[in-house]
Amino acid sequence: MIIKLEARVQSSSVWTYLSPLLAVLLTLITGYCLFSALGQDPTQAIYTFFIAPIADWYGVSELLVKTLPILLCAYGLALCYRAAVWNIGAEGQLLIGGVCASAMALQFVDSTTFWAMPLTLLAGIAGGMAWAGLAALMKLRLNTNEILVTIMMNYIALNILLWAVHGPLKDPYGFNFPESALFGDSTILPILFEGTRLHLGLVFTLVALVASWLFISKTFAGFKVQVLGLDSAAAKMAGYKKSTLTAMVLLVCGGLAGLAGASEVAGPIGQLVPHISPGFGYAAIIVAFLGRLHPVGITLAGLLMGLIYMGGEMAQIQIGLPNAITGIFQGLMLFFLLSCDVLIRYRLRFSMSSLLAEISSAKTKVAE
Amino acid sequence: MNNNNRLEMQAITKEYPGCKANDQVNLAIKHGEIHALLGENGAGKSTLMKILYGVVKPDQGTIIWNGQPINISEPAAARALGIGMVFQHFSLFDTLTIAENIALALGEQAGHPNTLSRRIKETSNRYGMPLDPERRISTLSTGERQRVEIVRCLLLDIQLLILDEPTSVLTPQEVDALFETLHTLKSEGCSVLFISHKLHEVTALCDSATILRAGKVSGHCVPKQETPASIARMMVGNDTPISNETRRAKGQETFVKVSNLSTYPQGLFDVALKSINLTVKKGEIVGIAGVAGNGQEELLKALSGEAPEKNSHAITFGEDIVDAMSPLERRRLGLAFVPEDRLGRGAVPEMDLCENALLTSFDQGLVAKGLLNKPKIKALADKIITKYKVKASGNHSHAASLSGGNLQKFIIGREVEQQPKFLLMSHPTWGVDIGAQVAIHQAILSLRDQGCAILVISEDLDELYKISDRLGAICHGQLSAFLPTDDLPLPQLGRWMAGDFTEQASQGELA
Repeated sequence: MIIKLEARVQSSSVWTYLSPLLAVLLTLITGYCLFSALGQDPTQAIYTFFIAPIADWYGVSELLVKTLPILLCAYGLALCYRAAVWNIGAEGQLLIGGVCASAMALQFVDSTTFWAMPLTLLAGIAGGMAWAGLAALMKLRLNTNEILVTIMMNYIALNILLWAVHGPLKDPYGFNFPESALFGDSTILPILFEGTRLHLGLVFTLVALVASWLFISKTFAGFKVQVLGLDSAAAKMAGYKKSTLTAMVLLVCGGLAGLAGASEVAGPIGQLVPHISPGFGYAAIIVAFLGRLHPVGITLAGLLMGLIYMGGEMAQIQIGLPNAITGIFQGLMLFFLLSCDVLIRYRLRFSMSSLLAEISSAKTKVAE
Repeated sequence: MNNNNRLEMQAITKEYPGCKANDQVNLAIKHGEIHALLGENGAGKSTLMKILYGVVKPDQGTIIWNGQPINISEPAAARALGIGMVFQHFSLFDTLTIAENIALALGEQAGHPNTLSRRIKETSNRYGMPLDPERRISTLSTGERQRVEIVRCLLLDIQLLILDEPTSVLTPQEVDALFETLHTLKSEGCSVLFISHKLHEVTALCDSATILRAGKVSGHCVPKQETPASIARMMVGNDTPISNETRRAKGQETFVKVSNLSTYPQGLFDVALKSINLTVKKGEIVGIAGVAGNGQEELLKALSGEAPEKNSHAITFGEDIVDAMSPLERRRLGLAFVPEDRLGRGAVPEMDLCENALLTSFDQGLVAKGLLNKPKIKALADKIITKYKVKASGNHSHAASLSGGNLQKFIIGREVEQQPKFLLMSHPTWGVDIGAQVAIHQAILSLRDQGCAILVISEDLDELYKISDRLGAICHGQLSAFLPTDDLPLPQLGRWMAGDFTEQASQGELA
């Protein structure tokens, strides 16, 4: 029997949804074999990795806390990618958002005004938008490549952050540690559920989820963004303005990433520190593509990524597996997802007849 | 086995997912004959040629060359056998010279570089199509580029020359010259396989013909004993109308006026438009003929708004000066546009027909306060599909899954349903089967009768003569005069297409 890949006439919509599930299943099977090979009880190890981190409500809340900034960035990035604007700069936009939000928050350290938190968040959004806006300006006015520009701007943003915590935003009473003062209570995002760290950012993320879904599927502007991404010549023919749309998606993404940064400093961290992001903006790129640029898919993919991070930590602590196991599972996940995607455009044909045909043609050749 | 045959293809079958491109096709070509391969788009002509030239492997069937069964694994093997092919789209590097291009394409088969130029000169002169091997391709006309492709084949010891739609890019005079060359080749015993859908050329030139329909051989004939109509019937089958009567119209007041429009070339191989003057009246169809790459694309972009000009005042739609307007603003003044590339410009391949209906029809009440009205969009897509007889599995089919003719019917339906005041079309029936062609022409004519100004830019002279009320030509970015179609003889149009505008001052009404 020969297994043949055969192009489908139309991509399969069923496999668009089944392929990620198959990928997860294959990852689990491979993980099972991997754990057995490492001499662990595979069922136990898989439980530790994937179930234990979210076995209780606190675990779930921690997963959400870790995933929220990734999701906010990923919704924005997905929008850019749908417009074929290859923004790699969510990380930088998030960092600048964090810096701007901190600068604002430090004005309210001793204040109890209601406006402290909204202004802090707005400063973060504005900072992220400005950072993305610079990239948009360069792309549209100077025709630069947004991939290179946004990557480079990530490093600039990181150094601005480091400069800020070592300089102007450093806590004058902080014994020269590179940290800002602790933000005032009026600035800190309220905790939603007693006994967890889950903060108001969850609401922002849910709003962003619904809004980005509505934007893409229900609005004409969202339609224009997709046309631009799929076929810029058709967008031009129909008269959609490329510059407006490009600037819009970059600004929205910058705003969301900035909000993510602001929610981190004014949320679980509570001050500006050098490491406000362990690479949320980069993880969001993977999450956006894993989620097929669809807000719901992104949410699931983000949660899965967060779970793999937490499971990796759990596996280290509880069964003494090396940290590299996190990377292995991420890699397996990506590998299987990309492999399974082949099934969307191709079908497998198990053909006996072609094998028989080849045998018979080989026979005739021998006979000749 | 018949040894008179240069080539026999027996029971060739090639299946692609979803379609049988060739089904038990037989083809026999004699020594020294010009054989026509006829068929509509999608009938399987290209697949058969690709199999013969070693580009595609057949699933079944045998190829017999000069009496020997052979296996052609790649184009170089085909060339080694003496099979040469001139594709519809030339594969030449603009920045290289003729000799360099030929050396590149033939590789070792080109022989020693020092003798190549001399051989190019000799061969091209012998067949009546002189070429200077040192000229760069970018300086050549389309006809001359085709000569380069043909000479490239003739340099080898050629026994069968395949020409894929060779005349579609030529002026009538260039077509005559090409036919001379082919007759010379024939007299030397070389066989020619001539792929075309221009039936009068086939009846004039070819000795025999094989006709394909839907992947199968639907008939053989001796073209000289047939009429174009009888051959067309064999191509399309019995259930498709193949002709419609056309009525000329005079038109009313002017809607589109272009005065003294000139542009600068943007890229290295763009053509500059030079003092274009053009009017299109309401209720008339104006046709512009021309060989591709003579400024058609630039003129289209200037009119469609894809290349707006801020400081120019050359184009008016009705009362409005539109030079600086975007395509969207021009659409709101009544423009509808059917570009020549239907996938990737006229329609988004990965989007379904609903979304592609929305693409340009957004002003037809489909969008309210920025939100999409999905039921209305679906209704419009369904209306276009039924009214213009678009064959698709439904409004959710992706544009890329439709055949060229059906997608074109959809795009034209979409534009016509917007009830435009000015319809701009480029090659409206390029690569479209005869049935769809008739439907498209009828849609255009009835829109004209409702008082729409229509401009058709095309390379297909049959089409232009069929539907245009006034006709002119474009060459090197210059426009000829326009004459009522029935007063413009083909040879004169041919001279205009070649850039010889000398007669227009006396005869042409300067439009």
